[in-house]
Amino acid sequence: MQHTNTQDTFVGLFVAAGIVGLFFLALQVSNLSSFTAHDTYTVTARFENSGGLKVKSPVSSAGVKIGQVSAISFDPKTYESVVKLSIDKQYNTLPDDTTASVFTAGLLGEQYVNLDAGGSEEYLKDGGKIDVTNSAIILEKALGQFLFKSAEEKK
Amino acid sequence: MIELLQHLGKNTRTGFTKIGRGTFFLLQTTSGILSVLPRPRLLLNQMYSVGVLSFLIITISGLFVGMVLGLQGYYILSDFGAEETLGVMVAASLVRELGPVVTALLFAGRAGSALTAEIGLMKATEQLSGMEMMAVDPIKRIISPRFLAGFLSMPLLAALFSAVGIIGGQMVGSGLLGVDEGAYWSQMQANIDFQDDIVNGVIKSLVFGFITSWIALFEGYDAIPTSEGVSRATTRTVVNSAFSILGLDFILTALMFGDD
Repeated sequence: MQHTNTQDTFVGLFVAAGIVGLFFLALQVSNLSSFTAHDTYTVTARFENSGGLKVKSPVSSAGVKIGQVSAISFDPKTYESVVKLSIDKQYNTLPDDTTASVFTAGLLGEQYVNLDAGGSEEYLKDGGKIDVTNSAIILEKALGQFLFKSAEEKK
Repeated sequence: MIELLQHLGKNTRTGFTKIGRGTFFLLQTTSGILSVLPRPRLLLNQMYSVGVLSFLIITISGLFVGMVLGLQGYYILSDFGAEETLGVMVAASLVRELGPVVTALLFAGRAGSALTAEIGLMKATEQLSGMEMMAVDPIKRIISPRFLAGFLSMPLLAALFSAVGIIGGQMVGSGLLGVDEGAYWSQMQANIDFQDDIVNGVIKSLVFGFITSWIALFEGYDAIPTSEGVSRATTRTVVNSAFSILGLDFILTALMFGDD
């Protein structure tokens, strides 16, 4: 039965290699491992305009990713964009006067939420609110204003 | 004119009867799968000839496809100064499209044609009829284990293809061309979604494994039992599999990735 035994070994190796391949894709290639393992807490920020921000966009502070956007909705009463930020539990010492701004990574890169820590002694808690926000800079708007202004100056 | 119409009518009729026989064959095969489970030895033998023997061609092709993607992607992306997104490009194209599709095409050529020839030859040498004489159902004993083996091997092979390809892309990208290795992986992880990309890729490879095994086994089972008939059936397996894989790939892509 030597022959069947080696065959079994090869089939076993093949299946194991295939499963390793699948795990490699799941853990090393995709975002499965990045934030599901940690506990997070949620804070809400209201923006006049959240631009091209998407669910799962990164939330970073001082350039380090500390969480991600978990939901974006429109408030029909205040005409604001309500953005829920899931932040990793280990960063629970953000002051409650933190400023949230929508920035763009690089000239054409994806948009992310940047948190600038304030000076308050109180920390943001789960379900807390960020009061000071800066909207996304919309390139078309800025260009439009610039062109309008330069046309006025020519008159 | 009448002859032309007759010809067309005949072709349509034979086409439909073939589809009917194929569907009936598929139903028999899938209902025979249950009787494979108590005899895993049959399945293991087929996993060996379908999966293990395709292992080498799949991994080597995957490596080269990934390396070519790394090179081409680098040349194009460096025009825009976006070399760091090389990892995303290589991984997305492999996991979403090239992994399942190229694996399925290679699988049809490597394993599908062998299955057709094997079954066709069994039919031509009346081994299948011999089994029936001994009250052994050839569908349960011969066809179902091969079908199950093909169906199970395809996602494993496709995953291997993608994984090896991504490593190949990394070897060329950061080993040869100087893309930052950390950026290669981190950009990939940030942009490849488990649900949208990996799971959909696996679903694709399951569908392709199903369709290729079905076509290969049916063409063999349905072959005219002569040496010419078997050779034609083998050709048809490869051609029909390629058509159905590419056609289904378009439909599946439209369904899976359409809404974002």
